[in-house]
Amino acid sequence: MKKLTTLFAATALATLMAGSAWSKTFVYCSEGSPEGFDPGLYTAGTTFDAAAHTVYNRLLEFKKGTTEVEPGLAESWKISDDGLEYTFKLRPGVKFQTTEFFTPTRDLNADDVVFSYERQLKADNPWNKYIAGASWEYAAGMGFPEVIKSVEKVDDLTVKFTLTRKEAPFLANIAMPFASILSKEYADKLQADGKMEQMNQMPLGTGPFAFVAYQQDAVIRYKANPDYWGGKQKIDDLVFAITTDASVRFQKLQAGECHLMPYPNAADVEKMKADPNLKVMEQAGLNVAYLAYNTTQAPFDKVEVRKALNKAINKQAIVDAVFQGAAQPAVNPIPPTMWSYNDKLEDDTYEPEVAKKMLEDAGVKDLSMKLWAMPVSRPYMLNARRAAELMQSDFAKVGVKVEIVSYEWAEYLDKSKAKDRDGAVILGWTGDNGDPDNFLDTLLGCNAVGGNNRAQWCNEEFDKLVKKAKETSDIAERTKLYEEAQAVFKREAPWATIDHSLSVVPMRKNVEGFVQSPLGDFAFDGVDIVE
Amino acid sequence: MQWCQRWDTMPRQRGAGFNMFRFLMGRLAVLIPTFIGVSIIAFSFIRLLPGDPVALLSGERVMSPERHAEISHQLGFDRPIVVQYLDYLWGVLQGDFGTSIVTKKPVIDQFFELFPATVELSLCAILFAVILGIPAGVVAAIKRGSAIDQAMMGTALVGFSMPIFWWGLLLIMLVSGMLQWTPVSGRISLMYFFPPVTGFMLVDSLLSGQAGAFKSAVSHLVLPTIVLGTIPLAVIARQTRSAMLEVLSEDYVRTARAKGLSTFRVVGVHALRNAMIPVVTTIGLQVGVMLAGAILTETIFSWPGIGKWMVDSVSRRDYAVIQGGLLVIAAVIMLVNLIVDLLYGLINPRIRH
Repeated sequence: MKKLTTLFAATALATLMAGSAWSKTFVYCSEGSPEGFDPGLYTAGTTFDAAAHTVYNRLLEFKKGTTEVEPGLAESWKISDDGLEYTFKLRPGVKFQTTEFFTPTRDLNADDVVFSYERQLKADNPWNKYIAGASWEYAAGMGFPEVIKSVEKVDDLTVKFTLTRKEAPFLANIAMPFASILSKEYADKLQADGKMEQMNQMPLGTGPFAFVAYQQDAVIRYKANPDYWGGKQKIDDLVFAITTDASVRFQKLQAGECHLMPYPNAADVEKMKADPNLKVMEQAGLNVAYLAYNTTQAPFDKVEVRKALNKAINKQAIVDAVFQGAAQPAVNPIPPTMWSYNDKLEDDTYEPEVAKKMLEDAGVKDLSMKLWAMPVSRPYMLNARRAAELMQSDFAKVGVKVEIVSYEWAEYLDKSKAKDRDGAVILGWTGDNGDPDNFLDTLLGCNAVGGNNRAQWCNEEFDKLVKKAKETSDIAERTKLYEEAQAVFKREAPWATIDHSLSVVPMRKNVEGFVQSPLGDFAFDGVDIVE
Repeated sequence: MQWCQRWDTMPRQRGAGFNMFRFLMGRLAVLIPTFIGVSIIAFSFIRLLPGDPVALLSGERVMSPERHAEISHQLGFDRPIVVQYLDYLWGVLQGDFGTSIVTKKPVIDQFFELFPATVELSLCAILFAVILGIPAGVVAAIKRGSAIDQAMMGTALVGFSMPIFWWGLLLIMLVSGMLQWTPVSGRISLMYFFPPVTGFMLVDSLLSGQAGAFKSAVSHLVLPTIVLGTIPLAVIARQTRSAMLEVLSEDYVRTARAKGLSTFRVVGVHALRNAMIPVVTTIGLQVGVMLAGAILTETIFSWPGIGKWMVDSVSRRDYAVIQGGLLVIAAVIMLVNLIVDLLYGLINPRIRH
């Protein structure tokens, strides 16, 4: 604590001595507190915005505004012919941030990369359990412990990854926030001082902004990293003002207390657009909301029944009512902005009369079913209860009685996984890395049955296509396979695809250079305030 | 209150000091089982809630059953519940309230980092409620049945029924948005940045010596204070009014008036002092209400206190934080009630002797 106080004092003094304390400070009204500052430990976007996109870099980065990967800390890379060895050449002369709490003595090298990965992969690494309850959920979720056989230093600026199997999405995976590169020198110092937990409280990396201070649940402060390999930022200071309520964020934005805010209320967007001091950016989000039938339970095991119900849903009405237009009805399980999206497929048209007839033909009479509505608002589904009510009235028109059920969120996620679950579940997904595999195999693959595959749908034809695509590195080839897989999905209808929502980002008019990320990240490198 | 009666019936042959000591000891003896009871309730309630803290660590991504078992073991959740409780209680007795599974920081450190913000807000709110509530109640009682009385008590009823969330947003839109008199949220303008010394922003801003910092801290406190203080204000005003009405009809007040004392003296000295006993009880009880209200107020005004912290922890099923936080809050409320009981004696000499 004493140390922290000294740090505060020193920084405050430094800020004052540097001249105006208010020199080009960018304030972001963030939606919540970060859980910590070590991106490897967490899975929440809020934490990644605060820790990963500010302080750290990855070997590869997502090119701004896209899901394509581009060189980050690695300048170039080579993949062996068998697809099992990835060799990365590191960018020379990359400096770690110099802060009040640590002064680095060397540039980034291969040791840092090996350290950053091994702590997540090896149980015997001293950093694997460096604080109580440390677990590496994202790495585990992406299958890193199984996929990565070893990470080796070849020379100071060369690192070699050896995989256990071919994994086409690997390059996209290592661009994800949890794979941020930390400083081994800083880690060694903390370990020697017996202060390892500080890694999760005072982060130090190579990124565009250096961490200054965090006042819990209130404010996070950063300053532009003058030694950043990508060049110094146009703003001097970056501040996250944590503001959990969306209406309050809007008020703060209007009052000029912050420059940019995430996740506005759908109902406020029109007002924001009308405000002369604000501008609003919109982009199709990399997400999907769906209604997953349980394809192992009668009568939903019949394709005709699922198809009929899909035709009974008025998607446009849901999009209008729940999103006030800030979404589009979904046709495929992947969003249209993602590569390999099959635009030749047509959606099930809304025809209640036809649907009714189809159900009769399938021998389904007096069907009553449960419809699960999520208890929380997510970017892909702002109000599941409202959507469920609309579906309830849609289904009533074709003679299907619906009982809407809901559970507490963690319970909902858990119960909906059950293979013998009763009824259809509203849920959704936001892409992690822009790879179609991250939707198609993660949500609909056979190995996800009883887990993320809420439709409990294991279709051999679909699964084969998706698994094959995962092992193919040629993009054109993969695109073909995924397009075919989507056609199978549409034919078999394990889900009613509901919507892809727009991500809406309001900001002050004087903000320039902010680029919306299809992955839903908020990163402020390149941002400027013009007067 | 039961305590007044017991106090009155206590043997009086020894001095007041001895009685006070016995009283305190008796009160403390009751606190221990209460504290253990609260710890059991806090420990078991959070576990009765549906939802699994381990599964929540991976968010919407599903965790494999093996991984789930491994992490549960690591966190000790696979042990029998009684063992977990006793282990927890043993830790608490040694001052270890556990570690948050989300932030991985000790609960007690986080609590003391955030608690000053809640105390500062609550103190301001209770001051606001007392300073406005008691005079309002007195005036209403004196002018019983008049238009002023009706208007005041009507307003109090509205205040009491006001949903905090709605009231907070309304004030923000009106005062901060349209009139731009106060900032929207937070504790101080972001341009001020100094080390937390006491954790109380009003004090720290003065200590910082930075020009305008104190003013900024005050301006940030205005709206949350009003929002959090509204319900206690209404309750205190109504309680003061009814207590005053009762006392004003007492014989000794009539005697005082008959002696020719001024209305100010009759009301301000003779009546008010006696009417204060139930009011002080009410104020003490409002501390509990205040902590509940702080949860919403802090959420609206992005006020980094324990209310907001607890809410976030419930949704993350952060067991250690919820049980530790509840326990410390309960201890604070018990302490406040104890102080209120002691205050009776100061206000009313009949109780003291």
